[in-house]
Amino acid sequence: MPKIYLDYAATTPCDPKVAKAMSVFLKKDFGNPSSIHNFGQKASMAIGMARQNLAEFLGCESEEIVFTGSATEADNLAIFGTLKAVKITKPHIITSQIEHPAVLESCRELERRGVEVTYLSVGKDGVVEVSELKKAMKSNTVLVSIMYANNEVGTIQPIAEIGELIKKINTKILFHIDAVQAANFLDCDVKKLGVDLLTLSGHKIYGPKGVGALYVKRGTPIAPIIYGGGHERGLRSGTENVAGIVGLGQAVKEIQNPKLKIQNIRIRQFRDKLIKTILKIIPASRLNGSLTQRLANNVNISFDGAEGEAIVVALDQKGIACSTGSACSSGSLEPSHVLLALGLSEEAAHGSLRLTLGKYNTAKDIEKIIKVLPVIIQRLRKISGYK
Amino acid sequence: MEYYSKKIINRFMHPKNLGKIKEADGIGDTTNLRCGDLMKIYLKVEKRGDEEIIKDAKFETFGCGHAIAISDMMCDLVKGKTFTEALKVGYEDIAEEIGPIPPVKVHCAKLAQAALKAAIEDYKEKTKL
Repeated sequence: MPKIYLDYAATTPCDPKVAKAMSVFLKKDFGNPSSIHNFGQKASMAIGMARQNLAEFLGCESEEIVFTGSATEADNLAIFGTLKAVKITKPHIITSQIEHPAVLESCRELERRGVEVTYLSVGKDGVVEVSELKKAMKSNTVLVSIMYANNEVGTIQPIAEIGELIKKINTKILFHIDAVQAANFLDCDVKKLGVDLLTLSGHKIYGPKGVGALYVKRGTPIAPIIYGGGHERGLRSGTENVAGIVGLGQAVKEIQNPKLKIQNIRIRQFRDKLIKTILKIIPASRLNGSLTQRLANNVNISFDGAEGEAIVVALDQKGIACSTGSACSSGSLEPSHVLLALGLSEEAAHGSLRLTLGKYNTAKDIEKIIKVLPVIIQRLRKISGYK
Repeated sequence: MEYYSKKIINRFMHPKNLGKIKEADGIGDTTNLRCGDLMKIYLKVEKRGDEEIIKDAKFETFGCGHAIAISDMMCDLVKGKTFTEALKVGYEDIAEEIGPIPPVKVHCAKLAQAALKAAIEDYKEKTKL
């Protein structure tokens, strides 16, 4: 049975060019970048080139890039690192209710340590209201952390508008964005966006797992959260994951390839066809999150009377890999905090399906899921006694 | 351990006891909003002397693959049993048939037990003179 992958928001396969670039640094040029001999210097230069690739993509200086072990680590560094460096007695931070756990749990931990946190609500469309953010700002606000695009429902936040607002109110307030899901599709120029910190991940952009990066604008107060040999300008100690960093650099270079624009148009067409067809042929189905302010590859739909994980398992039996909106499969039984924040009932939040497309999907993949999904929903509705 | 074992997948894809029983003698349902599962069990009961025997059991479940497989297995296991025997069927008995269930899903067995208990109570309520 041919396998169809529709879970690109969870992770992406490595682009062959990425894998090829990496393999050199796993075998032949294996040196420690801190070593002064030729082996080390080759690795060090490769990291420098990857850093340059990221700088070009973000429109910043290469010295402003810090490589980390994951995007979660980059988010942690952005939040804990800046809070540590900002000297203020009772700091306040603003984030949203639909952030990735890497940000949300970091904020909750800071709250336990006495930091004041505002979790902005979102509308039914899954988009943060800039006016609400403005109202939440206080004299002790030191950091605003908002994701560029949501991982579950794909909604895009008005980052440039927020960036402008923050700088107008108080230039000292730091602005961090998690651009992990956005990087494939949206402009990540840090100056246009007006951000001080930006998180990227390797494995969501056809790069490897186990590597992330944080853009830190020059002059941003930030302290390390990991101590050791002083790598990455002292902000992230630990011998560099050379192959991973090279892979991330190559992946970012591929994003800048003009071919990507064409690929993204195709992905968007697939997405639109999926949304339109599913909503039309499956009764009692609803799209979650804005249709217009939405990543080109995200479909998130709730079905009355069919539970998300059951849909995913049934689709997997047909060779189609996708995911639920809920975190149930990750071990927690709570319904998705994102869908609840969008105002869905607990039952509706449990009945959601997330399909996320990528550059290796074909028109056949889309046809197959359109054929298979209605049968599965109908069967699950029969099992649940849904009328 | 695989998150979904072959046996559980098989039960989920091809449940034997799916649906309603027309003119059921007892119907029990339960809700577990924490995981969002809703289970309903229908019973057909036969009285033999002083004892009630479960002649048939069917289910309807809104839940994950495990919840559906467990509901189906529960129905299998209680058929032919007296109420006292049926109420003793638990996680271990189900796991013996369909293999171990991931820890996070063990509560599905408790849910099936609760639905069965509710169905038996419904029967008792209906037949009270």
